[in-house]
Amino acid sequence: MTSADILLLALGAVAIGAAFRVVRTSHLVRAGLWLVVTLGAVAGVYLVLAAELVAWVQVLLYVGAVVVLLLFAVMLTRAPIGASADLDRPGWAGALVGGGAALGLGALFVDGYRWQKVGLPAPGTAEALGAQLFQHWVLPFEVLSVLLLAALVGAIVVSRPET
Amino acid sequence: MSLALWVPIVGLFTLALLFALFSVTAARFTGPHRYNRAKLDAYECGIEPTPQPIGGGRFPVKFYLTAMLFIVFDIEIIFLYPWAVSFNALGLFGFVEMLLFIGTVFVAYAYVWRRGGLDWD
Repeated sequence: MTSADILLLALGAVAIGAAFRVVRTSHLVRAGLWLVVTLGAVAGVYLVLAAELVAWVQVLLYVGAVVVLLLFAVMLTRAPIGASADLDRPGWAGALVGGGAALGLGALFVDGYRWQKVGLPAPGTAEALGAQLFQHWVLPFEVLSVLLLAALVGAIVVSRPET
Repeated sequence: MSLALWVPIVGLFTLALLFALFSVTAARFTGPHRYNRAKLDAYECGIEPTPQPIGGGRFPVKFYLTAMLFIVFDIEIIFLYPWAVSFNALGLFGFVEMLLFIGTVFVAYAYVWRRGGLDWD
């Protein structure tokens, strides 16, 4: 085992443990904060796999912005900040779907590669990613701007009633 | 493998973690523990905390718009970074591409502005 393997294992364990806390805690705010740990560990996994830009995008967007939006959503909708006693829906259905999806995807992935050794691709630097993105993925990139437009218009429509 | 490049950053994180742990532990053993109501108040930048209505009270929905604005422009800036780094290789095509992208997001910005989304009250 190389040091990268050990790092990947440790980060994976942190991500899964924190993800378990996300779904088990009855404090919605704490679930959001545990999500920070999960997403941060995933960013670490990206970093170990030499996907530098993706790792920092993960930190900036998911840890920085998406979690903030989630916490805002909690603040806007659930007034009492504290344990929510009404989170009593049985968890087996979710556990079944989540565990099944994870096992299925894992089996597919392991079966796809078996015991072949796959070398790490070139590091995902900003330069390499920029060249790929702006030369081969132009259309999805431009469609994304329309998605952002729709998101902002939607936010205005939801939060500002017609005056 | 460029992992070695990140060793100083990992070292920095470790140092920060150790410093935080040390400070918290040292404060527990060396600091005086005298009860004071102000110490247990929520910290709101030195301002007296606003009394909350019974049941906590909900936050105004305006915060949602702020968060959405932040996310949208965060995404835009993240795309600007790899674009700027590979700008020379992309040429005019990349420039026009980014102008179109920024133009579309600017339409959203103008819409938010016109609808009064940037005013707090």
